[in-house]
Amino acid sequence: MATKSCMSSQVSVDEQKKRENIRSLTMSGHVGFESLPDQLVNRSIQQGFCFNILCVGETGIGKSTLIDTLFNTNFEDHESSHFCPHVRLKAQTYELQESNVRLKLTIVNTVGFGDQINKEESYQPIVDYIDAQFEAYLQEELKIKRSLFNYHDSRVHACLYFISPTGHSLKTLDLLAMKSLDSKVNIIPVIAKADAISKTELQKFKIKLMSELVSNGVQIYQFPTDDETVAKINASMNGHLPFAVVGSMDEVKVGNKLVKARQYPWGIVQVENENHCDFVKLREMLICTNMEDLREQTHTRHYELYRRCKLEEMGFSDVGPENKPLSLQETYEAKRHQIYGERQRKEEEMKQMFVQRVKEKEAILKEAERELQAKFEHLKRVHQEERMKLEEKRRLLEEEIISFSKKKATSEIYQNQTFMGSNLKKDKDRKKEPGYRCDLLCFDVRAFETKGGRNDAEEGRECPSTMGRNE
Amino acid sequence: MDPPRQCPSPSSSRPISPRTPSCETLGYVGIEAVLDQMKIKAMKMGFEFNIMVVGQSGLGKSTMVNTLFKSKIWKSTPSGLALGPIPQTLQLHSVTHVIEEKGVKLKLTVTDTPGFGDQINNDKCLRPLDIEFLQRLCRTVNVVPVIARADSLTMEEREDFRRRIQHNLRTHSIDVYPQECFDEDINDKILNCKIRERIPFAVVGADREHVVNGRCVLGRKTKWGIVEVENMKHCEFPLLRDLLIRSHLQDLKDITHNVHYENYRVGRLNESHMLPRGPGWVTLDPAPANSPALPGPSKVCRWAQDTPSEEY
Repeated sequence: MATKSCMSSQVSVDEQKKRENIRSLTMSGHVGFESLPDQLVNRSIQQGFCFNILCVGETGIGKSTLIDTLFNTNFEDHESSHFCPHVRLKAQTYELQESNVRLKLTIVNTVGFGDQINKEESYQPIVDYIDAQFEAYLQEELKIKRSLFNYHDSRVHACLYFISPTGHSLKTLDLLAMKSLDSKVNIIPVIAKADAISKTELQKFKIKLMSELVSNGVQIYQFPTDDETVAKINASMNGHLPFAVVGSMDEVKVGNKLVKARQYPWGIVQVENENHCDFVKLREMLICTNMEDLREQTHTRHYELYRRCKLEEMGFSDVGPENKPLSLQETYEAKRHQIYGERQRKEEEMKQMFVQRVKEKEAILKEAERELQAKFEHLKRVHQEERMKLEEKRRLLEEEIISFSKKKATSEIYQNQTFMGSNLKKDKDRKKEPGYRCDLLCFDVRAFETKGGRNDAEEGRECPSTMGRNE
Repeated sequence: MDPPRQCPSPSSSRPISPRTPSCETLGYVGIEAVLDQMKIKAMKMGFEFNIMVVGQSGLGKSTMVNTLFKSKIWKSTPSGLALGPIPQTLQLHSVTHVIEEKGVKLKLTVTDTPGFGDQINNDKCLRPLDIEFLQRLCRTVNVVPVIARADSLTMEEREDFRRRIQHNLRTHSIDVYPQECFDEDINDKILNCKIRERIPFAVVGADREHVVNGRCVLGRKTKWGIVEVENMKHCEFPLLRDLLIRSHLQDLKDITHNVHYENYRVGRLNESHMLPRGPGWVTLDPAPANSPALPGPSKVCRWAQDTPSEEY
């Protein structure tokens, strides 16, 4: 069991005193600071107390009933369903008051634990919840403007783990769950529904459970035995672990008193009867004797462990290179410089990259521009050539037109000479086919008189150079 | 996961207000026992108290401390002895003792400031140097002003002086202990007002015992009689002792821890540009150079008090 760091034994106090060169003085009269513990207590009464219990166990095992019985109050009425797809944690806070002590009690219940067919992920939500509470506290502690004295401490102080009263051994799920929780929270295993086991079986069951826990290396909470006032009772209670409990808020008449009990046809199981179950022991240990120790363990051991791991993860260390002690400030500053430098570097990188990309893009665009230019040139050239060709063709065509006009002129003169005989007929035909006049000029003058003359005329159209030869 | 909810208790007979759903437990649960647990733990760990005395040498500071704690914390310097040239710089001198009373261990550290008070001459009233000093001091620590060597003043002179000092303090808004802003409820206010009426206490310190009327008392023997330290008619030493030790010691420590230290912490963290914001801590821009340290103590909010008696 890990040593408790702040409960210094008398020996180390003396050593410390010697180290610090502190004198112990005897006083010559009554000063009055014996009231200091009372002053402290008064302040605590003003502030109120905070206690958070986590109940882990299967649905229907009696978690809510046990809590009700422990605190003698009916907290919540409805039963949970068995059909939850995942394990959920439900936290509820209550304000209790007993005489002048106010207690802010938070009960966290696991809903749906052990109900799924695949129980692999069952205990992870629980671990996550506990870590989340530590994280919230750490956040508050690390704030600049913080108010720790005002802070509603939600860290889990005690975990009641409910074991099924099978009488055989721990279930795998129980072992795994407890193993993953034992370094984060004070685990107090209890055997639920203890009225289902006989006395002899119970004894064997307890031994079996404890040996299983020990052999698997599960560290459950041991009641502290270093303070004389409570050492004896705590030590003896440690021997009764795990407590076999029965919970009930129903009252049954036994003798002439009304007691909390469960009534069966064969008898009455009294909750507060130590012969029947260990309920009273649990209440004693959990609330009356060790509540303060549970809170302290949570803060000085479990939370410190979490904090250490978290800060180391963040990169802080108490010892710098060459094993020289580092102050948190130095680490902060160093980290800050480092991150700042990194940011600068990244900015540079991004700038470079940006410039690079811009350059590349520019190059591409330039390339494209060049290509376009080339194409344009090319097209222009082609166009020029075409144009020249067409010019050429046009010139040729014009020449032909000119030569043709000449020939036409010549043939007209020729025609006028042979005009006599065929004048009338020419006119008639001309009227019939006015569109043909152009071609007619290419005819042999005798063509339109004969049938074959038309064929000749078509031939003549195609080879204008034969014009004139037909004479 | 549902957020923490308050529960309506069906078993409570008082009408439930939505703000205070306290459940009254029926029968015995044992929550009270936690008080005993705390006491045991406190007794085991012991208590600590650190006190600093400031003032002219020869005013009887060492004697006062010795009287307060009924032990030879310091060897009181005999008056009139030339201690050489007054040191120009302030040198603090601490001494730690462990005293025990009825099982309660107290680790007491007393710090003296030789050389300071000698620059101060506040016989008549507080001078600007004192005012300035007190103003700054009040922001970092709980200050309890005390009229020393009160046996050289008559009762009327005492009252006169007291009024003058009170007026001075008020005018310059020097917030001495018990600070008004930390009064929590009406009881506190009443109690503290009574104390504030009498501040600064006129005290006499003595560590020798004399016999007066058959009783052994601590006192100063003078030519014209014995000034009894613990006699309320002679001086207000019992008031100071009660305030410091018997009733307000824990409160002094609380205010130092929750207010003065937190203020210091904020100022210090701000000036080093450290802005931790959790695991994803990334903020790099330094806080603006002219971000002021907190001007004064922030209000201590203790546990939200829903005293049932106020409701019904």
